[in-house]
Amino acid sequence: MTNAPSPASPELDDVLARHDHDPTRLLQILIDAQEIAGWLPAPTLTRIAAGLALPRARVEGVAGFYSFLYTRPVGRYRVLFSDNITDRMLGNAGLLDALCRKLWLEPGKTSEDGLVSVTTTSCTGLCDQGPAMLVNGRAIGQLTHRRINEIAELIRQQRPLDLWPAEYFRIDDNIRRTDALLGLDMAPGAALGAAIARGRDGWLDEMRASKLRGRGGAGFATAVKWESARNAAGSAKVVVCNADEGEPGTFKDRVLLNRYADLVFEGMSLAAWAIGASEGFLYLRGEYRYLRPQLEAVLARRRAAGLLGTAILGETGFDFDIRIHLGAGAYVCGEESALIESLEGKRGTPRIRPPFPVTKGYLGRPTAVNNVETHAKTCLIALHGGAAFAATGTAQSTGTKLLSISGDCAAPGIYEYPFGVPITRILEDCGASDTQAVQVGGAAGVCLASYEFQRHIAYEDVPTAGAFMIFDGTRDLFEVARAFVHFFAHESCGFCTPCRVGTSLLKGFMDKLADGHGAKADLNDIDWLDRLLKNASHCGLGSAAPNPVIDTLQKFRPAYERRLVSLDFKPAFDLDAALAEARQLTRRDDPGAHLKTHEESPE
Amino acid sequence: MSKQFLLDGQPVPFEEGQTILEAARAAGHYIPSLCWHKDFPPHGSCKLCVVKAAGRHVSACATPARDGSEVESNTPEMNGERRGLLQMLFVEGNHFCPSCEKSGNCELQALGYEYEMLTPRFRHFFPDRPVDASHPDVLLDFNRCIFCELCVRASRDVDGKSVFALTGRGIQKHLVVNAESGRLADTDFSKDDLAARICPVGVILHKRVGFAVPIGERKFDVATISAQTLKESP
Repeated sequence: MTNAPSPASPELDDVLARHDHDPTRLLQILIDAQEIAGWLPAPTLTRIAAGLALPRARVEGVAGFYSFLYTRPVGRYRVLFSDNITDRMLGNAGLLDALCRKLWLEPGKTSEDGLVSVTTTSCTGLCDQGPAMLVNGRAIGQLTHRRINEIAELIRQQRPLDLWPAEYFRIDDNIRRTDALLGLDMAPGAALGAAIARGRDGWLDEMRASKLRGRGGAGFATAVKWESARNAAGSAKVVVCNADEGEPGTFKDRVLLNRYADLVFEGMSLAAWAIGASEGFLYLRGEYRYLRPQLEAVLARRRAAGLLGTAILGETGFDFDIRIHLGAGAYVCGEESALIESLEGKRGTPRIRPPFPVTKGYLGRPTAVNNVETHAKTCLIALHGGAAFAATGTAQSTGTKLLSISGDCAAPGIYEYPFGVPITRILEDCGASDTQAVQVGGAAGVCLASYEFQRHIAYEDVPTAGAFMIFDGTRDLFEVARAFVHFFAHESCGFCTPCRVGTSLLKGFMDKLADGHGAKADLNDIDWLDRLLKNASHCGLGSAAPNPVIDTLQKFRPAYERRLVSLDFKPAFDLDAALAEARQLTRRDDPGAHLKTHEESPE
Repeated sequence: MSKQFLLDGQPVPFEEGQTILEAARAAGHYIPSLCWHKDFPPHGSCKLCVVKAAGRHVSACATPARDGSEVESNTPEMNGERRGLLQMLFVEGNHFCPSCEKSGNCELQALGYEYEMLTPRFRHFFPDRPVDASHPDVLLDFNRCIFCELCVRASRDVDGKSVFALTGRGIQKHLVVNAESGRLADTDFSKDDLAARICPVGVILHKRVGFAVPIGERKFDVATISAQTLKESP
């Protein structure tokens, strides 16, 4: 290549050296390299590519994939407003406007002096204390106009984040109901000691007896997954904890990692013991980066206590350690094969399956990927046995489930219930009234109308990864669905045609309805797109993307129909409005400069 | 007794390890594709080869044939989905067939005819994708990219150059070249690379040979893409 040599950068060389010039660490290198200038200038990418002996285009490909990596300048203060529907319901748009006005800034643009940029980001997992924002990766919740005024002033004064009032960065756990897991007081190593005493086979027997199913939403039997990974050919097996909690409205993993990190890491070690893995990763979503220092401290403490490293708890041959891998703003990386691609330092594109990760995962090695909550739950099984675990919940959904409750209720937060709990009971406990609908399982989940509130949280009835967003009678369910459609269009990885184009087309149709140009023909096209996305998408993101629309169209159809201006066809644009710029340029506003589109329409 | 599956009710023999698409084409049944290429592992991104097997929609290019299974492909339902996918590919890029040098040799255009796509159906996205004419021998017109990654794979796996890669995400995804300047002229790309000959649409065009074969006499002008594909199948 004829690229000119980039200017030397000792800081960048230091980042590369810290990561051993390892190409599988590319994403981590890009995240660290961005700290130097706040963004990733073109010569930086060239230098990283040279340092890793990778094609530059591949480095650019990865840098362009993740929302929190910037290949164009952004502000030294980078403000991202969380834009989940719950943030919207709490008025995030008005706050964003106010902040931009105070800083003389356009949303999405960087100020001319390079001081600040303000825009939105997908749900940051602070729905119980929203509206929320991230400033240079640090989370601030409970935003009010008063707080926004103060923040504007701090930014104008260029006050370093460390000198901002500490209470801004206080994140509450908001644990409202505890059960087996959240009430557990376990000395680190107790579960691991019990499992080792049972032997690998005995431990897997307990896991089987527990009938534990994955808490990430899909509900696959954990013991079956572990057994497959254990029996798979290949010696260097891998345990991955999926802490890429990106599903809008979900924040239970944030609380588990903040307060119960030992349970999570112990659960990962229990998985390693079962399948014979030597290497573990915690894939931490970029939005939770602020948790990293304390998580590293827990890992260090566990290493010192002989719970990680070689010959764990004196068991010869049980060697296992855990590294934290940061994400950088890509919901699709919650899909396990995309997560593994990302772990390998690539774009987070879901793989063709089979082969499944349990046989061919991280770097082609057998890999067991489990959710944060799943890992934590295995501690209960190790301590009290599989039968005791299976005695709670329902026959097909054993144990308890953590719910992240947000939206229109008196006490949003974390609620732990045995599986089988009816929706009505949950609504009562969290102080919800006049409830119109509940979105269970996040944007990809299911929207329940009031006549379904007798249903139960369980894999066999209403499965969920944990999100539980409540909408009272004042909310517009069309706007709820539209927010989720925008989310999926933003988060589509773009690999397959139906999801890449389909989510954007769906967004276009929802916006057309919102803008008052909707017609009945649009509802037919929406229906058709819903089906195609569901059928033909490459991964779960695409096939779940139409869920919010399918549910609300079926259960809250009037919310759509009252937006239709015509029962037939209506174009998405207004010819007369399209001439506005020409009128402005020619300084004309006489009748001759207008098209009488409305008189021509047949109504 | 060799293994076979039923494709639209007709028996199709296959060998272990063959995909539905490979076995079907070898037996003289056309299943369309854009991102699939016989010399590369399946990619599975264009989804035009979508078929229904055991009631589920799967990519025929990436799904192994299974003995005794029933597969639906040439049905109004599947062809309707394919037409929709083609319409999606047309509206997301800027495809002006009448002024495109690839017209008649373009697989996207040929599939549009094959599946009787009469309208774009959806709103055009009109993306802003500047062309790159920097290279002495080859022009890149990104407006027509369908993200099949054939050039990416050919350059990486055969030419050993990795001239191309995709960056961006979702609808913002786009092709880039391996140079800090972003210009093809600043890469080691050559017109003799496999990557220079593999584009199924009109992104990678050779200079000074335009219209050497007149429109009307080109590959898909003389025979449909299904006929041409089956003729070339082993």
